Amino acid sequence: MTGTMIDQDDRRIIAATQGGLPLVPAPYAAVAADLGLDEAEVIARLQAMLARGIIRRIAIAPNHYALGLRANGMTVWDVDDAAAERLGARVGALDFVSHCYLRPRALPVWPYNLFAMVHGATREEVEGKRTRIRMLLGGALKRDDVLYSTRILKKTGLRLGAAAPVRPAKGKSDVSAV
Amino acid sequence: MKQTACGPDSTDRAILNALQEGFPLVHRPFAAAAKALGISESDLIRRLERMQAARLITRFGPFYDAAAMGGAFCLCAMEVPPERFEEVAEQVNAFPEVAHNYARDHRLDMWFVLATETAAGITTTADAIEAQTGLVVLRFPKLREFYIGFRVAA
Repeated sequence: MTGTMIDQDDRRIIAATQGGLPLVPAPYAAVAADLGLDEAEVIARLQAMLARGIIRRIAIAPNHYALGLRANGMTVWDVDDAAAERLGARVGALDFVSHCYLRPRALPVWPYNLFAMVHGATREEVEGKRTRIRMLLGGALKRDDVLYSTRILKKTGLRLGAAAPVRPAKGKSDVSAV
Repeated sequence: MKQTACGPDSTDRAILNALQEGFPLVHRPFAAAAKALGISESDLIRRLERMQAARLITRFGPFYDAAAMGGAFCLCAMEVPPERFEEVAEQVNAFPEVAHNYARDHRLDMWFVLATETAAGITTTADAIEAQTGLVVLRFPKLREFYIGFRVAA
């Protein structure tokens, strides 16, 4: 885990920005002012966290549901362990896969070790994409399934990073690396 | 997509596509991004405000690797009998460690993510949910993540 690489000021910057950046002309200066830091230091620390992979990117996440991608399937795959790393990387690289993980199986109820979230306008589209993944996995695939979400029961941002409790911000913190 | 009063126009779509790739880390980042899009800084900010208000943008800013922020995360699943589903959903959601919870169309019909300060917290919380609901909580921690970067064509 890279947690030890983050110092207290990094954690304060994370806490201040994980809900989003302010929509003002100089947003990093605004964050810096809130924290009592220099703008240059905030920019340098964000740059360093980007370089270390602590920040994956600074960007927009469009609401894919609002933009028409309404079918979201959690596709799950039982892939030969020997090939799972190599094939997982190829599945994760597909442009319609948003998250892709290897996870332990829970036999006998759950034989699947590779999870890939697939998005499409319709379930038919998701099914078409499943077919592409199936072809990619080839002989290493034993069986597969898809689970569509039928209801969001709870959705709060994952909020970590501050020593003190963090006040919930308005934006969602959609931390995906779970 | 059908145009509505608050729907995205072609400039909005260009903004969504461009800023998914990244946002500058400079003193006036909106000005820099706007220049590349051929619009003004104030127009870009106004459009982002409108798209955020219209929920066309889920979030805007740094995307942190959750593990790098400290703490532990675990995807969990339960097989909840249909007649107990609402009751169990309430019990599970009452745990502050439960970040997301989804109903899914499978025998394992409830899927949620636990987020705790320590790795031990995952076990403690999952065990507590089992004790309270009398149901097994299957735990699927990530062993490996393949992250390339998903893009939505707006």
